[in-house]
Amino acid sequence: MSVDKQPFKPLIAAFCCNWCSYAGADLAGTSRLAYPAEVKIIRVPCSCRVNPLFVLRAFQRGADGVIIAGCHPGDCHYTTGNYYARRRMTLLFSMLDYLGIEKERTKLDWISAAEGVKFATVMNDFSKEIHALGRNTRFGDLRCTTAVAQ
Amino acid sequence: MQRIGVFVCWCGSNIAAAVDIETVVQAMKSEPGVVYSTDYQYMCSEAGQGKLKDAVKEHGLTGIVICACSPRMHEATFRNAAKAAGVNPYMVEIANIREQCSWIHRDRAEATAKAVVLSRTAVAKVNLNTPLTPGTSDVVKRALVIGGGIAGLQSALDIAEAGYQVDIVEKQPTIGGKMAQLDKTFPTLDCAACILTPKMVDAAQHENIRIYTYSEVEQVSGFVGNFSVRIRGKARSVKADICSGCGLCMEKCPSKKAKDEFNMGLNNRRAIYIPFAQAIPNVPVIDREQCIKFKTGKCGLCARVCPADAVDFEQQDSIIEERYGAVVLATGFHTLSLEHYDEYQYARQPDVITSLELERIMNAAGPTGGKLLRPSNGKAPKSVVFVQCVGSRDTTGCGKTYCSKICCMYTAKHAMLIREKYPEVDVSVFYIDVRTPGKNFDEFYRRAVEDYGVRYIKGMVGKVVPEKGRLLVRGSDLLDDSQVALEADLVVLASAVEADASAKGLATLLTASIDTNNFYTEAHPKLKPVESPTAGVYLSGVCQGPKDIPETVAQASAAAVKVVGLLSKDKLLSNPCIARADELLCSGCSNCEHVCPYGAVSYIEQELRIHGRNQIRRIAKVNEAICQGCGACTVVCTSGAMDLRGFSNSQIMAEVDALCR
Amino acid sequence: MHQNNNYLVETAAQISGVNPKSCMKCGKCTASCPAFDDMDLSPHMFVSMVEAGRIRELMESTSLWKCLSCFACVERCPRGVEPSTLMEAVRLMVIRKQGGHRISADEIPELLDKRIPQQALTSAFRKYSR
Repeated sequence: MSVDKQPFKPLIAAFCCNWCSYAGADLAGTSRLAYPAEVKIIRVPCSCRVNPLFVLRAFQRGADGVIIAGCHPGDCHYTTGNYYARRRMTLLFSMLDYLGIEKERTKLDWISAAEGVKFATVMNDFSKEIHALGRNTRFGDLRCTTAVAQ
Repeated sequence: MQRIGVFVCWCGSNIAAAVDIETVVQAMKSEPGVVYSTDYQYMCSEAGQGKLKDAVKEHGLTGIVICACSPRMHEATFRNAAKAAGVNPYMVEIANIREQCSWIHRDRAEATAKAVVLSRTAVAKVNLNTPLTPGTSDVVKRALVIGGGIAGLQSALDIAEAGYQVDIVEKQPTIGGKMAQLDKTFPTLDCAACILTPKMVDAAQHENIRIYTYSEVEQVSGFVGNFSVRIRGKARSVKADICSGCGLCMEKCPSKKAKDEFNMGLNNRRAIYIPFAQAIPNVPVIDREQCIKFKTGKCGLCARVCPADAVDFEQQDSIIEERYGAVVLATGFHTLSLEHYDEYQYARQPDVITSLELERIMNAAGPTGGKLLRPSNGKAPKSVVFVQCVGSRDTTGCGKTYCSKICCMYTAKHAMLIREKYPEVDVSVFYIDVRTPGKNFDEFYRRAVEDYGVRYIKGMVGKVVPEKGRLLVRGSDLLDDSQVALEADLVVLASAVEADASAKGLATLLTASIDTNNFYTEAHPKLKPVESPTAGVYLSGVCQGPKDIPETVAQASAAAVKVVGLLSKDKLLSNPCIARADELLCSGCSNCEHVCPYGAVSYIEQELRIHGRNQIRRIAKVNEAICQGCGACTVVCTSGAMDLRGFSNSQIMAEVDALCR
Repeated sequence: MHQNNNYLVETAAQISGVNPKSCMKCGKCTASCPAFDDMDLSPHMFVSMVEAGRIRELMESTSLWKCLSCFACVERCPRGVEPSTLMEAVRLMVIRKQGGHRISADEIPELLDKRIPQQALTSAFRKYSR
């Protein structure tokens, strides 16, 4: 489908909660479980810290996919944070879908500190999805030059 | 503008093998704010940290980025190094280029490119970091234990032994709780009173323990290290300080119709009573609803016979205000009311009893003096049928969805005790599963079957029917695929364990969370099983979930250790990465207050100078000792007033920008 | 054949609205059943056979027609499984299979009898047509 000559190198921002998913990523690393280099992690204290604005900003700045990973339901370090994240992101993702950012470009998943394998699997699968979708062109008109951010 | 130093670690060959270190070092030199960029084989080593300290001195660094292993590994190390060099520890950020980069990417070019991105993301964040200082608060060196059963007693004793003051608040007239009602304990069959009452005496006599019986916690404010609690001591109508506990009043009391709660209502007690002989304190209490003096104004016999003149009909509730550093919840359980289980005829047939009632019947101090007799006619039963899982594992809403955990074992105990004392009595047990995880538990159950001849039937009872003065128990035997009808003289129901009714109210008072079954939720199901998510509140015993006595005691002691650990500190250092509301931006919407899992946000009226005029505004105030820094409030804040220090909106935005550049 | 069996399992679930997987095998249904003595398959077996996908055997069993629909099992089941509702569903499956379209609209006028209540006709339609 794609007519790009250059191989598509997507950009994926992963928001990981400090207590479960970030530790899961560490475990994936310690276990040498490879996942694509385009996945880049931003550490947040809890999945509920992820403001929808951060997700929008990522897409505005050219991200092709955004994934948010938190503790499993019931295991949240802050008891209920991941439930808040689930509610917020469900709404946000469906709104983004409506705006033309396909729902496959956004994902919320639960990855515990013990699930290094799951972390790698989730990131590999998500990356595959993004590769299949191709470059994200939405919000391109809102994209500013990076110099503005400095 | 920050003066940032970037230190790229080789981690031996762990990073250097996959990432071209020099590229990263050079790339960082052109990042905004970076004044120094270097590399070293092992940044975490003594020499590496020395390099960091030298660089701070030489280049006047205000921010530090370490490109190395996961912050979960060495963040604390580098923060301490920064502190030693005179830089605020929270001006340090780590770029994780080992676990998230060199260890998982084979392609050197790809890994190097990613390392550059991760490093510049950390630089972008540090540019917006601000020095943070952990707050401190005082610790009141006194603990409150709510509940005076075995869990509360054990916690209190352990805390007291460690040298701290403890208060026990118990709503019943005596401490001892449910364990005091038990006859024998599994799997050793030692007598419950023999092991419990010495502990009760120890607690009562301990110089560090104060016991408030017949009292309830009414109000709680404050936070970890400094809770203010109001306790209401209900009027006993007997002056505890001068009563000698001689018992004359109880002998003479003419009101004899009240159900004896301690004996599960199997016999009656007087209106002035001591729940049981070993009760602590050994001071009677007047049940004002039963007392003739309180009902009609005539009587007062107890007051007349009291040699110490201790009876006081005018006594009022007393209010105690006290401050505590930590609170232990040990509110325990009661057994499920069986009103929804008509088929077992519990409400109609006196010979259908619960297991706790059987405990009292079997107990030498119980209503029958320890003889196994039918409540209906006082005759010895020839056949006893036990029914397991009554109200447990029930998803229809009549009972509880969970397994009550202790029933299998106490039923085996009851069956064994009956067979031992009365070998002529037939004992059958209807079970769904026999669950015996525990040291010597399965052996115990097998002994009941193999040595004591208890008949275990895999099936459930459908109905109990009274027939010719006996009870016909209709059940199924699934292994035989048959229906069985057993004639019984006594039917014992293993009714489900349920969180005590007081748990819910206390959860609200303490902002300790409870689950759908009103059991307190632990802070982490595996790693923090005795802490509540609310700092300074600990959980002990069945109030957290069904447990047997050894488990309860273990948890009680664990909770005590946590309390001692807290009380041993003079000051509490709090995580400085917490929320803060900008008072000028706050619109007073209360969203943050509603979303906070800890109740850390409250609203205050404050006079502010806005556009040159003084105005009183309702604004959010974060209690720094309570906030744990999850950031839930920052997202719901409609006015953008709420932000999280260390993970601020602008910092994360900058990270996103740097990452997507 | 396999496909066919799946269809049966799905139909049983669809008609009854019962999830046999929530059964915890306690046997309270069998303990409560007043028609137990006449049955070749006891109520708890009925549930576990639906769970195992053995619907065909159930359709051929005599228990199906011995169940009194007294709902004692439904009332007492601690897991809300409703064995009797499941029996009713399998009964309906047998009836529907045997009948196919056993009545058509054309035949109705000659069958009409003033004494037949309207409801019986509606019910017959529901039962005998797909």
